[in-house]
Amino acid sequence: MSKIRVLVGTRKGAFILTSDGKRAKWEVSGPHFGGWEIYHAKGSPVDPDRLYVSQTSGWFGQIIQRSDDGGRTWFQPGTKPGEPTKTPDGMPMGESNKFVYDTSPETGKPLTTHQWYDGTPHPWEFKRVWHLEPSLTDPDTVYAGVEDAALFRTTDGGRTWHELAGLRGHGSGSKWMPGAGGMGLHTILLDEKNHKRMYIAISAAGVFRTDDAGKTWRPVNRGLVSQFMPDPKAEVGHCIHHVAIHRSRPDVLFMQKHWDVTRSDNGGESWREVSGNLPTDFGFVIDVHAHEPETIYVVPIKSDSEHYPPDGKLRVYRSRTGGNDWEALTKGLPQRDCYVNVLRDAMAVDSLDPCGIYFGTTGGQVYASADGGDSWNAVVQHLPGVLSVEVQVLP
Amino acid sequence: MIRVALPYHLRTLARIDAEVELEVKGPVTQGAILDALEAKYPMLSGTIRDHVTKQRRPFLRFFACGEDFSFVSPDAPLPDPVASGEEPFLIVGAIAGG
Repeated sequence: MSKIRVLVGTRKGAFILTSDGKRAKWEVSGPHFGGWEIYHAKGSPVDPDRLYVSQTSGWFGQIIQRSDDGGRTWFQPGTKPGEPTKTPDGMPMGESNKFVYDTSPETGKPLTTHQWYDGTPHPWEFKRVWHLEPSLTDPDTVYAGVEDAALFRTTDGGRTWHELAGLRGHGSGSKWMPGAGGMGLHTILLDEKNHKRMYIAISAAGVFRTDDAGKTWRPVNRGLVSQFMPDPKAEVGHCIHHVAIHRSRPDVLFMQKHWDVTRSDNGGESWREVSGNLPTDFGFVIDVHAHEPETIYVVPIKSDSEHYPPDGKLRVYRSRTGGNDWEALTKGLPQRDCYVNVLRDAMAVDSLDPCGIYFGTTGGQVYASADGGDSWNAVVQHLPGVLSVEVQVLP
Repeated sequence: MIRVALPYHLRTLARIDAEVELEVKGPVTQGAILDALEAKYPMLSGTIRDHVTKQRRPFLRFFACGEDFSFVSPDAPLPDPVASGEEPFLIVGAIAGG
C-alpha cells in the first residue's frame, strides 16, 4: 500500500506527517529546525527521499537544508557532517546559504529599485526564500523563489545558487511593490510537457512566463483587474496570491488573486474571473484535484484587512466546473468561532484515488481529506502557525 | 586560542554545544575572528554577517569584556583578554520578540 508523507513548514520549525494510503492514522515527527521559520519544504518528484527546506530567520538569515533519506537526517548542502569543510582548491564551503543577485555583465542585470509601500523607490535586498520547486527530471536541480523577488536555481543539489537574472531584469521592476508579507516570488510552475516553459508569480507584480528555460520573461496578466493600482488593468503590479495548474493541462492556470479567483486557458495570455458564487473572492490558496483538471479548491477569506473566514466558519470551496459554480465543504471543519487564515503555500493534493487534499492554518491545524474534500479530519491541531504544506505519495 | 560564544540557533547549525575555540593568525579583530569561524564552520557563512558586504546582520550584536563592540570597526584590535582567551567574544542575538 502507498504511504503518504506531508511536509509542513511552520513559524517555528518543520513537521513531517506520515500515514498509509488510507490516510486515517497519522504519525507526527518534529519539530525539525525548531525555532526557525520554515517557509517551504518540498521533495523531488524524481527522488522522493530528496527533500529541500527553506529555513529562515530575521536574526540569522537564510539557510537551505537537504535530506537524502526522507527527513530522517538533514544537512546543509556542501557541509555534510564528515565531509571536508574546504574544496580541493582551499575555498571554504557553506555556499548553500548564499543567495546573491547576479549583477555580472555577462549573465546578470543591475540591481535597481522597486516601489516601496508608499510608492517611493526602494533598493532590491535579499531577505529569504519563499518557495522551493524541485525539477521534474533532476533531483539536483531546484528553483528558488525569493524576497525581494527574484528566481534562483541550483544544479548541484543546493550547494550553490545562481540567479536567473532575466526575470528581475525584465525592465518593469520599478513598478513592482511588496504585498503585506513582502515582495516575494511565491509560485513556480514547471510545464511537464514543455520543459522550456515555466510560470512564476510575484506579490505584487504579477505572473511572468518564460519559453526559453528562464533566460527571458514576459508578464502574462491581461484580463486581471486590481483596483488598488492607478491603472487597474496595468501590465504589471497585480498582487497574485497563488497560481495552480494540473500536470496534464499546463496551459490552464487557476489563480487566487488579492481579490478575484481567475483562470487562463491559454498559458496566461488572457485571464477571466471565475469567482462566481463564492462568499468572498479574497483568499490565498488555490489548488487543482489530481485526477479532475476542472475541479479546483479555494478557502475564501473575509477581506484584505480581515484575514479570517467569513462568519467564523472554516469552509473549503470546491468547483467541479473550473470556477463560477462553487460548493462549500464543511464536514469536519469548525463552523463557529474560527478565525484562522490559510496562507498561499499551505494547500496540497496527493495523487491517490480518491484524491487527498491537505491544508494548514495560521492556528496550527493541518486538515486532511481522503475523499476529495467531502469530509475533513484534523491531523494535528496545535502546531505553530502553518506557512506551507506539501504532500508526497511514496511507494 | 580565541573563545567565541554563539547564540543557541547558531550552535545548533554548527552542531556544537559549547563555546568555540579558534586559532586566529595575526591581530585579533572581529573580522579575523569571523573569518576563522566561517572557515571552521562553513555552515555559518552568511548567518552573522552578509556574504558580500561583510556587514553585521542587524539583529546580532558583538560584546566582549562587558563592552559593546557592535559598532567598532571590524579591523580594530579587540581587548587583550579576548586575544589571550581569558574572555570570550560574545555573538548575541538582539532581544526582538518572537
